[in-house]
Amino acid sequence: MAVETNGRREDYEVREHDVLVIGAGGAGLRAAIAAAQRGLSVGVVTKSLLGKAHTVMAEGGIAAALGNVDPDDSWEQHFIDTMKSGKFLNNWRKVEIYAKEAPAGVIELEQWGALFNRTPEGKISQRPFGGHTYRRLAHVGDRTGLEMIRTLQEKLLATDARVYMETTVTKLFKDERGRISGALAYTRESGRFVFFKVKAIIMATGGWGRIYKVTSNSWEGTGDGVILAYDAGAELVDMEMVQFHPTGMVWPPGVRGILVTEGVRGEGGILRNSRGERFMERYDPERKELSTRDVVARANYTEVQEGRGSPHGGVYLDITHLGREKILKKLPTMYEQFLKLADVDITREPMEVFPTVHYNMGGIKVEPESCASTTVPGLFAAGEVAGGLHGANRLGGNSLGDLLVFGRRAGEGAAEYIEQSVHAAGAPDEEIQEEIRRVLEPLERPAREGDESPYLLQEELQEAMMEHANLMRDEDSLLKGLEKVLSIKRRLPNVKVGGTRMFNPGWHTAQDIRYLTQISEIIIRCALERKEKRGAQWRLDCDELVEEYGKINFVVKKTEQGEVGIERREIPPMPEHLAALFREEKAKV
Amino acid sequence: MSDGNVTSRAHAPVGEEELGGTGRTAKLKIFRGDASGGEEVEYEIPLVEGMVILDAVLYIQAHQANDLAVRWNCKAAHCGSCSAEINGIPRLMCKTRVEEFEGREIHVGPMRAFPVIKDLVSDVSWNYEVSSKITPFTTSQRAPFTMYEEDVERLYEPKKCIECFMCQDVCHVLRTHHKHAEFAGPRFFVRNQWLEMHPMDEADRLGDLKEKNGLGYCNITKCCTEVCPVGIKITDNSIIPLKERVADEYYDPARWLMRKIQGRRNGGRNGS
Repeated sequence: MAVETNGRREDYEVREHDVLVIGAGGAGLRAAIAAAQRGLSVGVVTKSLLGKAHTVMAEGGIAAALGNVDPDDSWEQHFIDTMKSGKFLNNWRKVEIYAKEAPAGVIELEQWGALFNRTPEGKISQRPFGGHTYRRLAHVGDRTGLEMIRTLQEKLLATDARVYMETTVTKLFKDERGRISGALAYTRESGRFVFFKVKAIIMATGGWGRIYKVTSNSWEGTGDGVILAYDAGAELVDMEMVQFHPTGMVWPPGVRGILVTEGVRGEGGILRNSRGERFMERYDPERKELSTRDVVARANYTEVQEGRGSPHGGVYLDITHLGREKILKKLPTMYEQFLKLADVDITREPMEVFPTVHYNMGGIKVEPESCASTTVPGLFAAGEVAGGLHGANRLGGNSLGDLLVFGRRAGEGAAEYIEQSVHAAGAPDEEIQEEIRRVLEPLERPAREGDESPYLLQEELQEAMMEHANLMRDEDSLLKGLEKVLSIKRRLPNVKVGGTRMFNPGWHTAQDIRYLTQISEIIIRCALERKEKRGAQWRLDCDELVEEYGKINFVVKKTEQGEVGIERREIPPMPEHLAALFREEKAKV
Repeated sequence: MSDGNVTSRAHAPVGEEELGGTGRTAKLKIFRGDASGGEEVEYEIPLVEGMVILDAVLYIQAHQANDLAVRWNCKAAHCGSCSAEINGIPRLMCKTRVEEFEGREIHVGPMRAFPVIKDLVSDVSWNYEVSSKITPFTTSQRAPFTMYEEDVERLYEPKKCIECFMCQDVCHVLRTHHKHAEFAGPRFFVRNQWLEMHPMDEADRLGDLKEKNGLGYCNITKCCTEVCPVGIKITDNSIIPLKERVADEYYDPARWLMRKIQGRRNGGRNGS
């Protein structure tokens, strides 16, 4: 068994489970609960401590057509709103499942102890949000994500699932027939390696906002899952679609990009430029501040670019008219955040805001029912790392709902897969040793001339993406961006870090940078292919909503040569019962 | 259009120190070491307007000490990851402004009520073990529940907890007396509080609170309340009401007699 190459062999621990869930945000936790409830042995790995995943930052609420506040709401209307916002690039079957099952997801959270704000009738209250026809977001103040993650975390702790905190997965392994058979990881605390011998993997690693400098995402959002899956042969879809949230903080510099919840606009917040104009009246006279995120983000960007911005390069978001008492009740986190970090009292003065990278609509292409990867048996994906639900633009509140609906389905999909599978998990020691050597390389190889810091390389990449793949794009700039990204990719072998393996963030960053660079390349290449303005993909050098592109998704798969392969995949026509919804809606107007 | 695209300073592709530089510097003394020991190392960094301690630590990590261990996630005081002891007091690094210490030394170290792993990171896994032993939310009712705002209003406060574990760090029972095996700590009295007060919950945790969670060890010095970054009045609103319930249940002679005769029954105490 001990194959020695390069004169060394590294010990690693072996852990055996039926299924490994990678990521412990809302999707991962919900998936793990579902799999554990089916009697499987479940391992959950998370790069952070339990309960700290990015879900905790979700503020506004969970979109679900409960109809508690507006009884006319229905899954059909939620379906229509979501498809329209996604400019019909969405996987319609995924959207249908989502719109139908989101209410049950919310009620299930309540069953498990989650507490939402109430209506006068004692039901779960729902607030308005951009692009939603009815008041639809179940919420608790502006900390809905915290409520959700804590509820799921406590539910999970009551199962037999085993959680591996502060553990990073570096590679997925497959057997000779291409089926998932394991994953290698290291624990951040000790730098020791663990091999997970599993038959199925549920990817729930969230997004990749950290490829940009100005982002609402934490350090964790490095897109590990999407590249681990890509390297294992998974298809990715809609990767050009990056959501810029319209309102991130602007000042002071250290808080640049931190999220200002859409709940502020949901509660009546008004956007103004430096002349005091309510400019959304010009961009979307009907919905104004509650237009979809792509529209509001571009409006904010344009106002600043045309010289009507605030001193720090943002626009003003004003909620003062709501009154102190209501602000403290509905937006307590925002109040605290601005007061403590920016010396701004939002009950008395407006906030300065500007778009911030927030979410990725694209991701691993999956079967809508089971969340199984379209190409890798045994691989499942749910939450932000999976693509298809949101199309060209995500509606606020549809992410938290996504985690509940497809987290559960991924857990059950994996359970069904495992119940039918008879193959053995595991990987040859030789392959594991090879991966361990790769991971240790930046730490253990001798220093040499031309060595680079992973932090500075990451910063360079983030600046390039900010400059060339921002929310307004054109071919020239994208090409320049691609050149920069490829040059950084070529320099990756120069990354060198000092210190030991023990809790060494420099070494961890050296792993992340590989994912960030590969994703950046994919995003730019897809953005070059989609020659139109549609949702989040806004090509200044192209027309809006070009018919040809409305019928296709760009699907990415790694080629045998290791290159980014991009295929135009036709979107199958909507079945009659769904297509009819849009005709009926038109007839109503 | 291509290159001159970025006109907003908000998207300027430059570092914070270029955007909001003050021309001044700040010095921080940061604990570098592990379980076997260590010492403070001084770092000097460019001071940026509005800078928080976490900004300073991350600057040092990127430019001066790549392997400086620190936990952080959201950087907006929502996740509770970046707890550290700043001049001896547990604070969230993301919420503590550097300028607050004008003219004073700044010392940053790990939380000391838990074993130190490395630099600013301590091993808080014990908290998750405690949490997993608390009887979770239990009800025979089917959601959706009918609950009114006035029924649940008092649950919002304990539910705000971001699990920064600073209340645990500062609690004498843990920090000085090391009663980790017998005492759950303020964080988990907060969790017990909302569970016990949830109108639909039917489980009984008073026995565990008394026997396993060591509620009696707390002598209400309110240290936990003082450090809570989200303003939960832990002592007044969580611990004291729980102590009262335990006292009613176990030290009221009439109840004691009833219990002897009937055994403890659920119900009747919710909403009290």
